[in-house]
This record gives sequence, C-alpha cells and structure tokens, in this order.
Amino acid sequence: MERIYLDHAATSPMHPEVIERMTEVMKSEYGNPSSIHYFGRSARHIVDEARSALANSIGAKTNDIIFTSGGTEADNHAIFGTAESCRHRGKHIITTQIEHHAVLHACEELEKQGFEVTYLPVDPNGRVLVRDVEDALREDTILVTIMYGNNEIGTLQPIKEIGELLAEHPAKFHTDAVQAYGLERIDVQELKVDLLSVSAHKINGPKGIGFLYAHPDVKLSSRLFGGEQERKRRAGTENVPSIAGFQEAVRITQNEMETKRDELHSFKMLFMNKLKQEDAVFELNGSLDYSLPHVLNLSFPGTNVEAMLVNLDLAGIAASSGSACTAGSIDPSHVLVSMFGKGSDKLQNSIRFSFGLFNTKEQAERAAEQIAKIVKRLAK
Amino acid sequence: MIYFDNSATTKPYKEVLESFIKVSSEYFGNPSSLHGFGGKAERLLMQAREQIAHLLNVKHNEVYFTSGGTESNNLAIKGTALMHRKRGRHIITTGLEHASVKEAMDQLKELGCSISIIAPDKNGIVHAEDIEKEITPETILVSVMHVNNEIGSIQPIKEIGEMLKKHSRVVFHVDNVQGIGKVPLDLYQASVDLCTISAHKFHGLKGNGVLFIRDGLRLSPLLSGGNQEWKMRSGTENVAGIVAMAKALRLTINNMERRLSQILSIKRYIFEEMNKIEGITVHTPEKNSAPHIVNFSIEGFKAEVFVHALGERGIYISTTSACSSKKAAASSTLMAMGIPEKDAKSAVRISLSYDNTMEEAEVFIEAVKENVIRLREVMKS
Repeated sequence: MERIYLDHAATSPMHPEVIERMTEVMKSEYGNPSSIHYFGRSARHIVDEARSALANSIGAKTNDIIFTSGGTEADNHAIFGTAESCRHRGKHIITTQIEHHAVLHACEELEKQGFEVTYLPVDPNGRVLVRDVEDALREDTILVTIMYGNNEIGTLQPIKEIGELLAEHPAKFHTDAVQAYGLERIDVQELKVDLLSVSAHKINGPKGIGFLYAHPDVKLSSRLFGGEQERKRRAGTENVPSIAGFQEAVRITQNEMETKRDELHSFKMLFMNKLKQEDAVFELNGSLDYSLPHVLNLSFPGTNVEAMLVNLDLAGIAASSGSACTAGSIDPSHVLVSMFGKGSDKLQNSIRFSFGLFNTKEQAERAAEQIAKIVKRLAK
Repeated sequence: MIYFDNSATTKPYKEVLESFIKVSSEYFGNPSSLHGFGGKAERLLMQAREQIAHLLNVKHNEVYFTSGGTESNNLAIKGTALMHRKRGRHIITTGLEHASVKEAMDQLKELGCSISIIAPDKNGIVHAEDIEKEITPETILVSVMHVNNEIGSIQPIKEIGEMLKKHSRVVFHVDNVQGIGKVPLDLYQASVDLCTISAHKFHGLKGNGVLFIRDGLRLSPLLSGGNQEWKMRSGTENVAGIVAMAKALRLTINNMERRLSQILSIKRYIFEEMNKIEGITVHTPEKNSAPHIVNFSIEGFKAEVFVHALGERGIYISTTSACSSKKAAASSTLMAMGIPEKDAKSAVRISLSYDNTMEEAEVFIEAVKENVIRLREVMKS
C-alpha cells in the first residue's frame, strides 16, 4: 500500500536538495561560528549568507533576523520579549482565539504574571475583524499578536489592514507566519509588522530551526542567556547545518512559489471535486477566498473524528484533527470552537488535510476516493 | 589540517550524519501526529530517549530534549528559580561557569535573586566545604560545572552532591557539556538533580541538547506552546537531530572506553613538551583535569597573534571559549583562579577529540616552538 501524506501543516518532508546541502555543511563546515580561526570564520560566513537570504525573502534587513530553535521559540521570544521590555508602558495585549498554542499558552502565562490579554473572536469563516482589533486597542496596549494564516483552517488574516491600523499606535505588531511563509509573498515593510515568526520544518527544511524577524526599533528582552550570538539577542551556538538547510529550503520556495501555489490549490479543488463525484457529504470549514493554498479543513456530518482518523490511517492516508501539537489528546479544536461555538457537531467531525511536496494529482484523487468510501461507511 | 578546537565544537561522526539523513528523509513525521508517519517518528524519539537514558544510566522519563547546552542551562537555572521563588531566592554557583550559566545568574540577580559565586583555588577547582559555608535556609539551587571549558579542571561533583544530601531542599545542577564522554560521572551516585549536555560537543549536531531532570523534580518551563516533553519544553521535536545525538553519544562513550589511554598519552606528551619551552605557563592543572583540554600562556604574546600564527599552518586552536572569543577581555575563569591579567590575556586553549593522533601533537609542538622563537626574534629586533 502506498501511503499518502496529507499532513504537511504538521510537518513536511525535507527537500532532497536541503538534505544534500546540510550533508555537505555537516561534513565540511563543522566549525563554531564564534571561533576566530578558519573553521569558525567559514561557518560564520554560512550563517551570514543565510541570514541575508532569509531577510531578503521578507523584505527585511539582514540584522533584523534572529535564528531560533523553531516556531515555538520565535513566538515565545516575540511575546515574552516584548511584554517584558514594554511592561513599564502598559500591560495589555491583543490576540485572537485561534492562534497556535505557542502564542496562546505564552499569552496565558503572561496573564498569570499580571498582564491583561484580549482574545478576539473570529467570524464563521475564521477571520478576525479589523474593527474588533480597533475596538480592543487601548492606550496601554503594548502588543498585538495575530497569525498570518491559520494552521487548522488555513484562513488568512487581514494582516496588512491591521498593520495599517497600528501604524500610528505604539503597540508592537507580531504575526505568526509559520504556516504562511513560503506560500505567501510576505513583505514586512508593506505589512507594517514589527515581529514575524517562521519555522523551517513547515517548508521542507529541517526541524529545530526557525527565525524571528524583529524591526530594529523593537527592544526585546532576551530569553536565553549565554554567549553573545545573534547580536546578544539569542545565546547558544548557531545551528550551522540547519541554518544552511533552512536557506536552501527558502531558496526553493521563493523560486517555485507561484507554481507551487497553483499546484496545491489544484490538489485541493481536485480533492473536493472527487469527494463530490463519489457522493461523500462534506462541508468546507473556512472560506476558499482567504485561504492558504495547502490547508483544507472539511467537516463530514455524521462521522466521528477519531473513527475517521483511525480508518484513514488504516487506508494509508495521513491527515489530522487539528494542529499536531494538540492532536495527541483530540481535545476539541479551539479554532473550531471559536468559529462555530462549543455545541457545534463540527467539533467532532472535522478533519484537516494539508498538501505539499511529493503529493501528486493521482494521490489527491485516490485519497479522495478512499475517504469517500470511509465516510459513506461511517456516516450515520 | 589539525583541528585542536574540539571544546568549541566537534566534527560530526559519519554515522551520525547517516542517521540524520535517514531519519530526515524517511521518518519526517511530527511525533505528535496520530497517523502512521507521526507514530513512526514518535517511536524513533522514544528509542533515542531510551538509548540516551541507558547511556547516562538514568530513567527515560528523566531525559528532556532541548535546542542545546545554552537552553538546557537556562531551563535548569531559571526554571528552578521561578518554581521555587516563594521558598527562597538564594543561589550558589562558581566563578568558573560557562556564559550560559553566568549570564542566566546575572539575569536572576536583576530580578531580585541573590547569587553567591564561589571562587576556585589556584588549580581552578572549587571545594564542597566552601559551597556549604554559603548555604542558607533561602538557598534553592547550587549550579556547578563538571569540567571547565577553558582550562579543563574537574570539579568534585560527587563530594558536592554528598554534601548537599544534608541540605535536601537545595536543587543541584551540573553543566556537563564538556565532561560528557570524557570524564565519567554517575548522576545518581553524585546526587545530581539537573544535568546539561550538548550534542555538538560530542560529534553530534548543533541545535540539540539534553537536560536530565531527576524524577519528581519540578521546573517552571521556559517555552510555552504545544506541551511537548511532558509540558516541560514546547516545540516540535527535532527527531532527526535527536536520533543523531543518541548515535553520537553511543559512539563517544564507546570511544571513551577504547581510546581514553591514547588521548591521555597525547595530553601527557603536550604537557611535558610545553614545560620544556621557555616562557610558557600551563594553566591546566596536571591532576584533576579532563583528558582533552590544555590551556597555556606564552609570555609576551597576545593570544590572537598566536592563534592566527598557528592557523596559517593549518593548526586550529582557540583563545578562550568560542562563545566569548571575540571579546578581547581576559578570561574570567583564569582571573578567578588568581592568574594575573597579563597572563590571562595571552592564554590559548587546545582541545582534543578521540580522533586526534600523537603525530598531530608532535607537529603542533614543533609549530609552537618555531613560533615562540620566531616571534621572540621579531620582538627583539
């Protein structure tokens, strides 16, 4: 049985060219970038080049990129770092109910420390309203953190409009772009964001590496103390091979973004058309109009998510009930609760499919056929 | 090319790279995913955890994966301080620690903790009785490194652990980044509560580390999010890096068993030869020092000058610890040992791996001699 991986939003396979680049670096460039000898300087060069390439990919300056151990650390660094350095000015933070847990749990932790957090609701399509942000904004608001594209539903948020709104307000604006980066053209100048988080393993790069973009005017309190790496903003020996692999992954995504977006979108449409053809009953969660090209969240009335996932897995199809980080327990998704309310059947019968590297048209169709069979068998 | 800077970072073993590539290409799932891909990744993660636990002689639920030594040290220190802040705010550490311990302490000081810093003796070693004198009912943590990264002195971890048994409420953290695979340390026997290791110092990959947290001990996490690592460390697990780290640790510990005598005889040779060269002072103590580190000063020469002179001949050594080697300041470790600033400023470090050979040591000694003579002549004229 050929297994079909439709869970690229959880994590993605590494691109063969990324593996090749990392192998090369691991073999020959093993120096510590802080060492002053040849090996150190050579490793430093790789880190510098990567930093500048990543900065370019979002219209930022080289020095505004801070390498981290991944998306969670980047989100935590942005939120805790801003909260701590701005606490003299105010203690109010605005976010949404549908953020990734790396943002939500960080905000909850800050509440324990005496900060006040407004969790904005979303409309039934999973979008936050700019008006709601405006209404929630106060003089003592120090941070607004709203994700670029949702990881469970795929909904894109009105980041540019919010950036516009905040341009005149002293609050810092952070966006978690972990799911969107690589598939959406992002320019931090245009969006007017101060902080932006990215993770490599969602774009066919390695796990354990990410970056935080921070505008030079943003003062972040450090989270990790030690050596003076990352211009004193993040201590720890730089993960050179992963940084090189990350750069390679970014190079590929930047070159292939338009083709890839079209392809992923076509998989999504093909998949839904096939489900319809096979008479499977389903509803789309979210809207196709403001959506990441690779994420598709469907509700299958009359089914149960756990039974569905087990059956899908037996049929060789890897999908998910929500974000992988909460998937272990199958608690109802906080994103779906926010969109549809606590009582909705959709909390119990929705599945996320996410497409990516190595998926083919045939796979999308075959998966849909299999899923239709399972749905028809399970739906009561 | 002779690489004598293995305390800064090491070259990954070939087998380590193979594991990394295999896991990255074939088992790329997210361990938290419920499907088969996730399950496979989770099994690999579990196996790596068990293997590392076995090699460290601890239980698998005491092994927590982090992004490296800096994060492990920060989590151990700040996590303990935050968790026990209501019980007390006094912490004891030494003047020998790595920047990731020292700076974490500085941060806690700003937040209202009081920090006692124990000075080492002239051999770079702290004593359990000096630590005990500082303990008060407010003391919540003692953090002492096992092997110093700059001079290689070994701290009496077992004696300190023994002493701390009388003060059962004090948490004991050991930074073992430089000691692992070089100087054996039984964590249970030494009554260690928290212990840090970093993969890239033992031929694993950068960006991976472990914090050993003794069963039952509670820490306040540094990262919030998806609640991985039993809620102690959120963030998708770096499965390929972790599997590679388990392999690196196994190979390193095998090497320790097989090749320790070889590296010891290289160190002894370097010691003997250094002592013959006029104007060289070796700072690493002959007794109670790790098998892989030798730190010395050459009278009248700036450390950078010497590092570059050897670099030109393809021999790579370092001025002090890599993380701070860009600063021109004298090493705080050497200053803490009572070495005069002028000697401390000219100190250089060589650090060996099990792959270095006696032939390389001979070439190195020749290069040192020639450079000392040449540089001295330049100075005279």
